This record gives sequence, structure tokens and C-alpha cells, in this order.
Amino acid sequence: MSPLVTIALRFVVLSLVAVGGVTSVLPEVHRVAVDVHHWVTDAEFTQMFVIARAAPGPNMLLVTLIGWHVAGLPGALVATAAMCVPSCTLSYFAAHAWQRFRGAPWRRAVEAGLAPITVGLVLATGWLVARGAPGGWVAYSITAVTTALVLFTRINPFWLFLAAGALGLLGLV
Amino acid sequence: MTSAPVGDTTRVTLGELYRGFFTAGARGFGGAMPWARRMLVEERRWLTAQEFIDVFGLCNFLPGPNIVNVSVVVGARFGGVRGAVVAFLGLLTLPFAVVLTLAVLYSRFGHWPGIDALLRGVGAAAGGLVLATGLKMAEGLPRTALAVGFLLVAFAAIGLLRWPLVPVLFTLAPLSVLAAWLRRA
Repeated sequence: MSPLVTIALRFVVLSLVAVGGVTSVLPEVHRVAVDVHHWVTDAEFTQMFVIARAAPGPNMLLVTLIGWHVAGLPGALVATAAMCVPSCTLSYFAAHAWQRFRGAPWRRAVEAGLAPITVGLVLATGWLVARGAPGGWVAYSITAVTTALVLFTRINPFWLFLAAGALGLLGLV
Repeated sequence: MTSAPVGDTTRVTLGELYRGFFTAGARGFGGAMPWARRMLVEERRWLTAQEFIDVFGLCNFLPGPNIVNVSVVVGARFGGVRGAVVAFLGLLTLPFAVVLTLAVLYSRFGHWPGIDALLRGVGAAAGGLVLATGLKMAEGLPRTALAVGFLLVAFAAIGLLRWPLVPVLFTLAPLSVLAAWLRRA
């Protein structure tokens, strides 16, 4: 079977089971890409994860890199599309159904119930990302200062990233 | 929570959708979600803070990359199928190109020690950005013991205890929805 077809089939399935985002299926992506198909080595997988995090945009781009590694630009396109199109189609129809029930009491209950959990997950993500940058008190200070400035000023966070990157380059983090 | 949906009065063209999500994707270091919220709620005001929580909450439950789903749902709301496609492409065009460029660069220069140091600094700031976004979202929540309680349990289960997301989500969500339903009167 052409590798493009294998990539497409694998990631289409993952797209539909990735409840809570791509991060929740990362272990499965690792299993498929490293253990089952030997598309990439363990070390390459980690490198790709870091690169995907360093790039702007959603961290599903790891999948793009795996496709690129296996089959060049067609591989990158196929992997990205396979990861997005099924779940996007589902979202499109789910959002339509959701919109129809606007104002229904049960929908308000669902929204009121989901909202605090959603926010809790966002905070947990921030916590994990901050902890993923091991660097002692300087790193924690960068996190704290960024949090405060984004919260209380209208500064564009891009400048904070630039400053934090510079501190890193200077060997302070 | 009966936020008037701005979607009914706000008009957004396909070009604006593309540009809006292009900016969110282009600036989305450390994950596109905080930047998407900034673009949607604070800069362009296409959604209220409450609507963003609702859309993002829905997308959290749907499979697939959350923020990609948000682009589809918001795009569809303002421009139907075409809006969904345009917002999706806007979000992903630049990150797609950048990540491939980075991969090529990394294979050549990845051993340069500065890269790691740079990423450590940016990673710490990215964590702060996501935390601040979460706190801003928390401001919009009702100040009830129930809401605060479910927020803290979700945070602790995923952030501190590192439990797997799916069982946590499918345990907490029904309980929280049930509690909200019982309180509605």
C-alpha cells in the first residue's frame, strides 16, 4: 500500500477519536509512527514535537511533520488533511445542531456545566506548558510576569515571547 | 446565562474571516488558542467572552484539534460552508509553511545549542500566556461554589494529577451539567 494511503487511513481514525484535542492522542500517534510503521525514530519524534511547539499555530502540526518525513510535501498535506477534515466535518454539523437548540433549557444547562471545566482545562494546559520549560526560578518568573502583563495590560504577548526568548539565548533560563 | 448572540448582528466577510484566522495562526506561538481568543473576543469582537467559552467548550468535546474546530464553527456561523473552509485555511496556511521551514532548518542547524535555550525561554512565556487566557475566561464564569469547584477539580485532575483527559472529561462533564440543570430553577 502506498505510504500516502497508510498515512491517510491512520490519521483519519485518530482525527475522530482525538477527543480533547491532538494532545490526548499523542501517545497513539507515537505508537503508530514509531512502533508500528517505523516512520520515525523515538528521537526524531521528540524533535518533531519540539519543532511543532516552536512553530506558531495548533500543535497538531506534529502530524504534518510526520507526513513530511515519510512522503515529502504530499505526505505533509495528506497527514494534515487526514487529521483535520473528519473532525472538522463533524464539528460543522454538530455546531449547526447546537445552534438550533439555542435558548433550550437543557442547552443552557450543558453550557453552564461545561464552562467551568473548559476553563479548568485551559488553566491546566498553561500550568503544564509552564512546567514543561524546566529552568528554575527565572523560568517561573517569566511565566508569572507574562501572566500578569497579559492579564492587566493590553501589551501584545509577542513582545513578551521575544524578551523571554532573548533571556533564554543569554543563558539565563 | 443568556448572552445575546452577536453572531446575529455582526457581519463578517469571507476576506475578514481569512485574515482574522490568519493572524491567530500566524501569532499562535505556544498554541493558537489564546491568540484565537484575543482575535475573536478582544480585537475583532466577533464573539462575546461568553460565546467564546461556549464555542470552545463545545469544541473541547468534539474530536480533533480544538482550535481548528473553533475556526470551522466560527467560520460556519458567519459564512456557512465557505466561511468554515476559509477560516480553516486562514488558520493553517502560515503555520503549515512555517513548521516545514523550521523542520528543514532544524535538520541543518538543530545542534546549535542556542535553539534549546531560546525554546526554554519562550516555553515559560507561553505557559504564562495560556494561564492568563484561562484567568480571563474564568472572569466570565458565574461566581458560584459549584462553578469554582468544578473548575478546580478539572484543573487538579489534568494539571496536577496528570490523569488522562478522556475519562476525566466524561466523568466531570455529566456531573457538572447535571448540577447546572438542577440549579436552573
